Amino acid sequence: MRKQLHRLNSGGLIDRTQALCFRFDGKNYDGFAGDTLASALLANGVRLFGRSFKYHRPRGLLSAGPEEPNALVELRTGARREPNTRATVVELFQNLEATSQNRWPSLGFDVLSLNRLAAPALVAGFYYKTFMWPARFWEKLYEPLIRRAAGLGRAAAVEDPDHYDKAFVFCDVLVIGAGPAGLSAAVAAGRSGARVIICDEDFRLGGRLLAERRQIDGRPAADWLAAILAELASLSEVRIMPRTSVFGLYDHGIYGAVERVNDHVAVPPAHQPRQRGWRIYAKRAILAAGALERPIVFPGNDRPGVMLSGAVRAYVNRFGVLPGREAVVFTAGDGGWATVRDLTEAGAHVAAIVDARSEINPESKTMALRVGARLFAGSVVEATHGGQALRSVTVRDASGKRARLACDLLAVSNGWNPTLHLTSHQNGKPVWEETIQSFVPGRLPPGLAVAGSAAGRFTLAEALRDGARLGREAAVEVGFAAAAADPVPATDAETDGLAPVWRVRGNRGKAFVDLQNDVTDKDVELAAREGFRSIEHLKRYTTLGMATDQGKTSNLAGLAIMAEQVGKAICETGTTTFRPPYTPVAIGALAGHHRGKDFRPVRLAPTHDWSREQGAVFVETGQWLRAQYYPKPGEQDWLATINREVLATRSGVGLCDVSTLGKIDIQGSDAAEFLERVYINGWKTLPIGKARYGVMLREDGFVMDDGTTSRLGENHFLMTTTTINAAKVMQHLEFCHQVLWPELDLRMVSVSEQWAQAAVAGPRSREVLRRVVDAKHDISNEAFPYLAAGEITVGGGIPARLFRISFSGELAYELAVPAGYGDAMMHALMAAGEPYGITPYGLDGLNVMRIEKGHAIGTESNGQTTARDLGLGRMMSSKKDFIGRLMAKREALVQADRPSLVGFRPVDTNNRLWAGAHFIGIGRAAKTENDEGYMTSVAYSPNLKHWIGLGFLKNGPTRIGERIQAVDPVRNGEVEVEVCSPIFFDPEGTRLHG
Amino acid sequence: MRYSGFTLISQALRGHTGWRPAWREASPKSTYDVLIIGGGGHGLATAHYLASRHGINNVAVIEKGYIGSGNVGRNTTIIRSNYLLPGNTPFYELSMKLWEGLEQELNYNAMVSQRGVLNLFHSDSQGDAFARRANAMRLAGVDAELMNLEQVRTMLPFLDYKTGRFPIRGGLLQRRGGTARHDAVAWGYARAADSRGVDIVQNCEVTGIAVTDGRVTGVETTRGQIKAKKVALAVAGNSSRTAAMAGMRLPIESHVLQAFVSEGLKPLIDCVLTFGAGHFYVSQSDKGGLVFGGNIDGYNSYAQRGNLPIIEDVMEAAMALWPALGRVRLLRHWGGIMDMSMDGSPIIDHAPVQGLYVNAGWCYGGFKATPASGFCFAHLIAKDEPHPVAAAYRLDRFATGRLLDERGVGAHPSLQ
Amino acid sequence: MRIACPHCGLRDVQEFVYLGDAAPQRPDGLAATEAAMFEYVYLRDNPRGLLEELWYHGVGCRAWLVVRRDTLTHAIEYVGLAKSRKAGAAA
Repeated sequence: MRKQLHRLNSGGLIDRTQALCFRFDGKNYDGFAGDTLASALLANGVRLFGRSFKYHRPRGLLSAGPEEPNALVELRTGARREPNTRATVVELFQNLEATSQNRWPSLGFDVLSLNRLAAPALVAGFYYKTFMWPARFWEKLYEPLIRRAAGLGRAAAVEDPDHYDKAFVFCDVLVIGAGPAGLSAAVAAGRSGARVIICDEDFRLGGRLLAERRQIDGRPAADWLAAILAELASLSEVRIMPRTSVFGLYDHGIYGAVERVNDHVAVPPAHQPRQRGWRIYAKRAILAAGALERPIVFPGNDRPGVMLSGAVRAYVNRFGVLPGREAVVFTAGDGGWATVRDLTEAGAHVAAIVDARSEINPESKTMALRVGARLFAGSVVEATHGGQALRSVTVRDASGKRARLACDLLAVSNGWNPTLHLTSHQNGKPVWEETIQSFVPGRLPPGLAVAGSAAGRFTLAEALRDGARLGREAAVEVGFAAAAADPVPATDAETDGLAPVWRVRGNRGKAFVDLQNDVTDKDVELAAREGFRSIEHLKRYTTLGMATDQGKTSNLAGLAIMAEQVGKAICETGTTTFRPPYTPVAIGALAGHHRGKDFRPVRLAPTHDWSREQGAVFVETGQWLRAQYYPKPGEQDWLATINREVLATRSGVGLCDVSTLGKIDIQGSDAAEFLERVYINGWKTLPIGKARYGVMLREDGFVMDDGTTSRLGENHFLMTTTTINAAKVMQHLEFCHQVLWPELDLRMVSVSEQWAQAAVAGPRSREVLRRVVDAKHDISNEAFPYLAAGEITVGGGIPARLFRISFSGELAYELAVPAGYGDAMMHALMAAGEPYGITPYGLDGLNVMRIEKGHAIGTESNGQTTARDLGLGRMMSSKKDFIGRLMAKREALVQADRPSLVGFRPVDTNNRLWAGAHFIGIGRAAKTENDEGYMTSVAYSPNLKHWIGLGFLKNGPTRIGERIQAVDPVRNGEVEVEVCSPIFFDPEGTRLHG
Repeated sequence: MRYSGFTLISQALRGHTGWRPAWREASPKSTYDVLIIGGGGHGLATAHYLASRHGINNVAVIEKGYIGSGNVGRNTTIIRSNYLLPGNTPFYELSMKLWEGLEQELNYNAMVSQRGVLNLFHSDSQGDAFARRANAMRLAGVDAELMNLEQVRTMLPFLDYKTGRFPIRGGLLQRRGGTARHDAVAWGYARAADSRGVDIVQNCEVTGIAVTDGRVTGVETTRGQIKAKKVALAVAGNSSRTAAMAGMRLPIESHVLQAFVSEGLKPLIDCVLTFGAGHFYVSQSDKGGLVFGGNIDGYNSYAQRGNLPIIEDVMEAAMALWPALGRVRLLRHWGGIMDMSMDGSPIIDHAPVQGLYVNAGWCYGGFKATPASGFCFAHLIAKDEPHPVAAAYRLDRFATGRLLDERGVGAHPSLQ
Repeated sequence: MRIACPHCGLRDVQEFVYLGDAAPQRPDGLAATEAAMFEYVYLRDNPRGLLEELWYHGVGCRAWLVVRRDTLTHAIEYVGLAKSRKAGAAA
């Protein structure tokens, strides 16, 4: 095993018995189970992790957590490559492979670091002021260059091979964060019997306790932690979810979370998802997400080796890694002193303590003496030195005197910011809290409480107290009896004195506010100078806080510098809104299994298997798959198949599945009155046993849907709708009944899926049906004429419904049987039709025949057309009120020259027609002002032996016989057509009545 | 001061100390010729064109918060003129022409990027509908190409052509469409208007519209009364509330539309892509983030934030269309408040109150319209007659039936 | 969001379809005027704050609901059945 030079000999929460090997930038390293990628690389002495966004400056680790702005890598390779992955949150696994990003050719030598030469010009917003000349160079030259230089990691180029799961869970109390506050809350709520979920983004529970050397009840905090975790595990209603980030708070107590189920292994085991997206429905929630330490803005603050002081403690205490041997601690408060202690105990030498405060308490002075560190009070670090790794720092004391100190680690501490992001996801504005010099949660969303550091109460004692109290309260609020409360455990002494340093001015080097987006203090000053002073303007103009860390370590410093520039207090300057997600979330986890064929459900007709047996080609119709045509072996192309199907139907008999049509059963003494109100035509006169074609409008007067409705009894109607509008019509009818006219006595139910239905069409259709319908039913032309409808039986007593209706224009029937008999019905009809050459036809064949007959479908009633436009104006009754009646009368909708439905045929019958072509008068220019309408549907008619079309033409019905151009510039088409009646075939309708 | 590469370099040599504010921080005067309510893209553009095209400089733009804080700073930055109806196409084409000259007009680089907008279709009938639209565009002199499956595949090889629930059949491409840097549009217009004397007044909320004898006389604001001969509303998202101050009810509902951005990535996609079988569109910003969006949440809202069902819906569509995105991370999502009009098209018109003008109802398409909206609104305000390309955007069209319903869904804003 | 359907209990908003403001009343009958119908179909108060609105529980019991909801905070104050609203309606 390779030596890990910076690994301590003992200590830490890593499993030294489980060595893991991994690769970074092609080099092999070893780490231990319990490491993060960052801690393992640090243990191996790696300091350089990445390059910055704009200047390509070398960058190392700033943090040990989700706030990391610098150490972004491409994790894994190939189809599993994950760009911009924070090394600080990647749990190490065997054979992990990571690569640095945004550098070329290598991390150590990055050509674009030459950007530093141009840096004086590359200030905030420089691109708004240049690259304007010549105009066409933007897309050709400037933008491609900028795009190539910008961006961070490279996304995978091929399909993500992993699966994602989506899950929903309900609980009484959700606890977000499993540090001391969250664990106390979960136990307090759990003991009362409440259903509790506790989530933590880390793979190990404990929060800051894992990183700190603290005492609880006089014993190491680890003992307390072990005990409370054991108790939580023993509570059956408590669910513990490590590796789970709660990323967003949505309305009514719905929390979005992502669980990294298998990100800690190289490849998810078979049948397991990589990640799982959760929707957590919580009656109460407690945010115990802790706090994030703030860096200090000073020149050279981005050099690898400059690290947050709390992160230093985390690497030492949790991971057993020494981030440096010769350290300087730069602190604005008591926080840095804990780092001095922990570093020293771990064997590092603290060369100096630079405390920005001039008053240092005696205990601290003693500690400085004890550890042999020089103490600089009232001082700051004003520069750092070294190339790609820190070698020394320049300290400036209150008198302006400078000292240069050799070191390989600079730990910085500037106080903490509560992790309050979720509290502002519902527009809650954080409020400034002077005592901690930070923003704390303002008005809270309903059901959410905030505990411990997340509320700005930073001590361990407060975390334990808050957690226990809020956990208990939450359980009581949702109806559980309060469990007996243990006394809040005692903690060792802690202090949190602070006098934050918002920035250190210096002469040498850039001082970064936002490390990831390379925003410096000078950029903030420039924004102020140019009037971008609102905090949102600052953010948008300089890109401060817009990087993948969402400004977790930078927003406040930017705000403070802006406040200083405009001479206001920070609280007057305001804060930006934290937007979800709290931490970036993989798109796959939010999509779950809804991809590929599973993007949307597939609906199959009860006759689907039969269609498949017949060799159907299927087509998507909304969520349905419907048979489009039934090719036979040897058929050259699609058109040959359609022609065969149409000719066979018109000359003999065809069979078409129409099961997907919407079917609504309407019953009640007011059912007929109801139909009067929703259809434009009359219904009260419809006899029992008859069907009628109906058209319904939207209230704005445009056509909504059409279909036949049959009267099966005095108070019983069966409505059919188009396939695509079935749900919409059902909703509309329920609206009309429940909202508009609840006084009408009726009930309705959708029976679309309860019935399989087939159209049997063609001159031989009656003969086929005769062999299927039970003998006792007379279906002769006299007994069962055109538009007859009735309940019958088939196949020896199976209930069925027969309708003599026709979309094809042939003698035709639609036969419906309960869905379970659908397959049997199709087989029975095929068998019965065999002597007559019965031919299955699909949507395309149906489409040809309906165009031949001039029947409108969705392409004609496209939501922009009226009944009048469709030639159905005369159906509109003037004797009754109906939905859409008044709005259909508006002046523009009854203008004579509105485009109306007519037929078209090519003057040269060899020409094909195209739907989507526009009509332009012959000899006129193809321009909008000459546009007289458009072609909606076209088909090749094997009966007429040329193409035919339907379309809307201004004054259409008065222009029969006129010639016009159908122009189609996008397909280079221009065909001279003759305007004709939309009914191309059997205009007298004699075949219907045959 | 004029922006150029030269000024930038000369300022760099002086430590950038010589830059002046992009616009003055104006305090409201007591009276203006024209007062524009709303410091978003449309309001600022209107001010610019009033000053630059009509010589009307005694103008104030009054903004409740900071300029550009509404939808101009919250959208997905798409510009296009691929409209169907003759009432719309020339207007959006004027907008496209103004976009094409925007940097030079404003001396501000709004990064107008004509990278192409491709709308995919997934069935023959959808293809026919796209052909109808593409032909309408060509008749109006707008560029449009109908692409077949192979052409789409060549252009975007990474989409799912194999297992897609709704197979890709082709697309409608407008090469001149693309994106622009949304915030910069607001700032560029503000700076240009300011340079011609327009007052941009931030942090000033209008609380009332003063009307005497059927004529507008000014507004009440949180910073006092301001008199004006003409008052123009450009407050999309809040149009109903503002119009109500003048006693008007509008055919508009306010809805939330969410938008999304991923972490920054090296260039992946060079055009704007829309998925016709799911509500989804995506492009990549120059900074590297994928910018994407979908349908409106579908309920009235002023909350500027949405909910998980639409978020998941959008991510599902993303994965269905482009399955390599699984490991790309969503960085931020947010919401904007849309003026959803009853036919999906905007209103640029006089109000019944004399001297009051309404610019509203932009639905989710306001950004691309910014230049033409300002141009035509300025024309209307200056000349008291509609600009010819915006003549269809009348308030009375709902009463007369001269609707501009591109999608054919009727008076249901939640479906538009 | 979640809506407490009187029939089905607290359900995710995904189960519901939105229509809009519940206040406008359809001017029924042959005597109704085009102007009144225009107002009903097109004009809305569109308040920022409480709004009574119509939702359809399409994936549940198919009831049309009247929901009083705050359009700024999305908080729901009341949910009832639309059919119970009209005087003389059958329960």
